[in-house]
Amino acid sequence: MSALDMFIEGLSWVFIVSGSFFAIVGAFGSLRFPDFWSRLHAASISESAGVILLLVGMALQAGLTLITVKLLIIGIFLFITGPTATHAVANAAYVTGLRPKEGTGLEAPKETSTKTEKPKSKVKVKSKPATKRRKPSANGKTRANGTTRSKG
Amino acid sequence: MFAVAAIGLFIAMLLVLIRLYSGPTLYDRVLAVNSFGTHTVLFIGVLGFLNGRPDFLDIALLYALINFVGTIAILKYFRYRAIGDMSPVTRKKETGL
Repeated sequence: MSALDMFIEGLSWVFIVSGSFFAIVGAFGSLRFPDFWSRLHAASISESAGVILLLVGMALQAGLTLITVKLLIIGIFLFITGPTATHAVANAAYVTGLRPKEGTGLEAPKETSTKTEKPKSKVKVKSKPATKRRKPSANGKTRANGTTRSKG
Repeated sequence: MFAVAAIGLFIAMLLVLIRLYSGPTLYDRVLAVNSFGTHTVLFIGVLGFLNGRPDFLDIALLYALINFVGTIAILKYFRYRAIGDMSPVTRKKETGL
């Protein structure tokens, strides 16, 4: 019994310390990231990982009481409303015309994507007859195998 | 253990507050307010356990509710310039009705 208590104590230690670590990491990221869109990512770390780990650690400390039920209610509510609020902020920022910064490597690569698409399309054109050649041969092999297997 | 978590959450709240005051755009600030509220919910819960009175969790739940509604209200206000019914001009501009 005491060994189980020690195990639960240590487990709640691990959960609470790692939860506060993730909270600090999310806050530090939302302070240091260069862009609003990357700060969204950092803030959602502390809203998902930090909340879940800290609440599970506190529930392990409380045991099976009414406190655990309250912690579960808080967890479910934060689990639903955190992403909803983050989505609302992101949607409002996008609608008003805020876009990722240019020149920092954070924006969607338009010119480089077209450059990389062209050789890919050439490769695809070259590979298309190859795949066409391979497909009937593969079918023939499978048919041959099937016949040999049925014979054997 | 709860003292460690409380100190960690306090540091995280200070970092979020710096972003809240220095955020270049409005949306950085709204995101910082939302994140600060989430940290505050956890901080209230941890403080209740630290004092040996976990009944603070009721206050934490209430704070979570107010935080979500407040964030949505701020965003709606800055989008439509009205919290309840929209003014006729903005309604015509946004929805076309």
